[in-house]
Amino acid sequence: MPRISINGTQHDVNADPDMPLLWVIRDIVGLTGTKFGCGVGACGACTVHLDGQATRACITTLADAGGHSIVTIEGLSPDGSHPVQQAWEAYNVPQCGFCQPGQIMQAAALLQQTPKPTDQQITDAMVGNICRCGTYLRIRAAIKSAASSM
Amino acid sequence: MTQIVNVSRRGLLKGIAAASGLVLGCQLGFHRSAQAQVARSWPFAPNVFVAIDATGLVTIVAHRAEMGTGIKTDLPLIVADELEADWNRVRIVQAQGDARYGDQNTDGSRSTWQFYQAMREAGAAARQMLEAAAADTWHVPPRECRAENGAVVHAASGRRLSFGDLVEAAADQPVPTADRLRLKDPKDWRYIGKPMPTVDLKDIVRGKAVYGLDVVLPGMKYAAVERCPVYGGKVKSFDASDALKVAGVERVIEIPATPIPSGFRPLGGIAVIANNTWAAQQGRERLKIEWDEGANATHDSRTYRAELEATAREPGRVMRNQGDVDAALAGAARRLSAEYFVPYLAHTPMEVPNAVAHFSGGVCEVWCPTQYPQGARTTVAQVLGVSETDVTLNVTLLGGAFGRKAKPDFAAEAALLSRAVGAPIKVTWSREDDVQHDYFHAICAQRLEASLDHGGRTTGWLHRTVFPPIPATFQPNVVYGDAAHLQQGFLDVPYDIANIRLENGPAPNHTRIGWYRSVYNIPHAFAVCSFADELAVAAGKDPVEHLRELLGEPRKIDLKAMGVDYPNYGVEELLPEMRLAYLIDTGRLRGVLDLAAEKSGWGGKLPPRQGRGIAVHRSFLAYVAAVAHVAVGQDGQVTIPRVDVAVDCGLVINPDRVRAQVEGAAIMGIGNTLYSNITFSKGRTEQSNFTDYIVARTDITPDTHVHLVESSAPPSGTGEPGVPPIAPAICNAIYAAVGKRIRALPVDTNALKVA
Repeated sequence: MPRISINGTQHDVNADPDMPLLWVIRDIVGLTGTKFGCGVGACGACTVHLDGQATRACITTLADAGGHSIVTIEGLSPDGSHPVQQAWEAYNVPQCGFCQPGQIMQAAALLQQTPKPTDQQITDAMVGNICRCGTYLRIRAAIKSAASSM
Repeated sequence: MTQIVNVSRRGLLKGIAAASGLVLGCQLGFHRSAQAQVARSWPFAPNVFVAIDATGLVTIVAHRAEMGTGIKTDLPLIVADELEADWNRVRIVQAQGDARYGDQNTDGSRSTWQFYQAMREAGAAARQMLEAAAADTWHVPPRECRAENGAVVHAASGRRLSFGDLVEAAADQPVPTADRLRLKDPKDWRYIGKPMPTVDLKDIVRGKAVYGLDVVLPGMKYAAVERCPVYGGKVKSFDASDALKVAGVERVIEIPATPIPSGFRPLGGIAVIANNTWAAQQGRERLKIEWDEGANATHDSRTYRAELEATAREPGRVMRNQGDVDAALAGAARRLSAEYFVPYLAHTPMEVPNAVAHFSGGVCEVWCPTQYPQGARTTVAQVLGVSETDVTLNVTLLGGAFGRKAKPDFAAEAALLSRAVGAPIKVTWSREDDVQHDYFHAICAQRLEASLDHGGRTTGWLHRTVFPPIPATFQPNVVYGDAAHLQQGFLDVPYDIANIRLENGPAPNHTRIGWYRSVYNIPHAFAVCSFADELAVAAGKDPVEHLRELLGEPRKIDLKAMGVDYPNYGVEELLPEMRLAYLIDTGRLRGVLDLAAEKSGWGGKLPPRQGRGIAVHRSFLAYVAAVAHVAVGQDGQVTIPRVDVAVDCGLVINPDRVRAQVEGAAIMGIGNTLYSNITFSKGRTEQSNFTDYIVARTDITPDTHVHLVESSAPPSGTGEPGVPPIAPAICNAIYAAVGKRIRALPVDTNALKVA
């Protein structure tokens, strides 16, 4: 039975080892902040951190996630105080908000590795995350703001 | 006017607000002539409730759906402002789908203009009742008492009572009659016109916001449904034995096909029921189904396009006619013609269609992301064969919608499956389902012809549009557009041209056609604003100067008075007393045109292979001009360094959300222009997911500048009007950059390469 750590809690998951981590997180563990958007790693709505790396949970199997440390939007900060979350609030980024947990997790991973990203680095990191409401302009501004505050 | 009724003692908000306190219902559409009906007994159809409990907590029911526009925040804040409520002590509750809330169908960019006045009056009535209660308590004249941020104060004596202390007495006050209602002076507004954060913001950034997809019920099962890839097809036979072998799969159930046109009802198919989403999807992949594909199995969008284009070359139904276009064309110094094409498009909201339903004991409760709660409730009741009163329809947050979630077929699927299984069911569409089975934005072919005189002035305008009509999704044998859709950028051409004839040709539909953000304004604004640019080039005039000439002197255009069947986005029906205030105003078009040109640096020099393009368009009662600054690479790739959008949407309730809508509309417009394309072969879409149905991503994001016109005109829509001018602005800019005219979307970048 694969054991995974999600937001610091160990879970022994009794499920098909081929089950994507996304559905493990949502249907088995019961955390719904990580979203389904495409199922093929093409939209970024399901982005979580796997050992600190932004990872598409919809194309990562339970077997592959076993033994690793997973962080979801619910675990990014205890109270929503992560600088990226604060910047998202300050810029009133979300419209419908559905893709934003994935966007936030992607941006947080970017700033962890590249604290002062250039415009091109922001594009390269965020181009895999779709927002149909079109909040990209504010996402980019919020990332820069978070970078300057970290 | 709005009818407001004190329903404090009627227990109407049981479960939503405290049983006691002040509760007001308010109903739209009571005209003075109908006032005698006011006294009739409950129930009537109120569309907003304000409740204040003894702690002073104000509960406002949001009766429109939140899909990202901010309407769940913005309508209640109008109420709160007039009420003099403390926004920190306001709680917003999402209404269930129920006729008692009046019109809940959140589409057509009309929530704000339809309910602005009603919201103000509801808040003002409650405020005056609180003030009257304070006056009675203090034995002073009511005019000496003023509500102020959650309390009523008596300035002369310095006395003060909070709303909570006053609600019991206020509930016994008469509701102010229309002639006694005192709306606040706009200079005293606390919230209206201020950039207000949305009420769900904190939950969203913490991953706590609940969309339809996030609803979980005890004992809930998960469904994945295989539907016939061809519209109108049905199951001939199926073998579920392999599907049932998948661990976690419990049942396989057929959903009967709805005969076409299927409207809001399910397409039908084979559903796999499992104890998690993944198992249901795995089981579904192992189904063996033989389909009877039906009449649309040969639908091919390439040959269909050719048919539409041929139709556009023939005379159609004349929908507007002034002067003599044939004579103008015959006597022209110069004639121009062009054909434009926009393909099928898909909505692809980030949250796929989904619903949770629990049928038990003859009643059904549904949770779903719907723009149309009452339509969802009605559809669920119809497919179950139960009374609407036996269906409870809970509205979650919507993870995007853009018109897709105005159609509740997915809710009906969940309801049918729950009844069949005897457990709560969550139906989750895959993205492939969403792309294959959307209610697509209509494919559209258009032809325009114009005559110019010796001075380059346009003297005649002939426009033909051909598209599968949305009503064909609901009724058989519909091939012509209706007024509600022909009005969208076609009937309402605002140009000052002496001879105008507008024609609509027939187009039979082969798939479900539906509303997609700004709807037929997309093809029509693309064609009209592009052709205007072609006329400017032909006349040797600057496009902005030429548009000023086309728009002519500032004037109001009353198409209805001209004999045109023109509903003006619902104003004629919903707010007939406002019809004159909302007439097409070419002065406001000119205003946004000039503003966008000025702010964009129109006329300034640009490097080679860069250009600016402009388009100005009115839709959903709002006036929008866009300037795109485009750069075309040697490889033909288009980038968009900057977009300026000038918007006159009348009074602005929440400027931050208006800006957000316009910023987002620019992105969606860019996707429609450069990337998105649904094609059909053998009755099936050839696209399946975001891998081949391409939408705009962050790399194309322009430096977008939104310029809002300060206005005290009545408010208009803002969710959709930002989209239509984007495509023609970009394509006109491409022409300015490299001299290639784009007449079909999406842009063929191969044609823009350096040879």
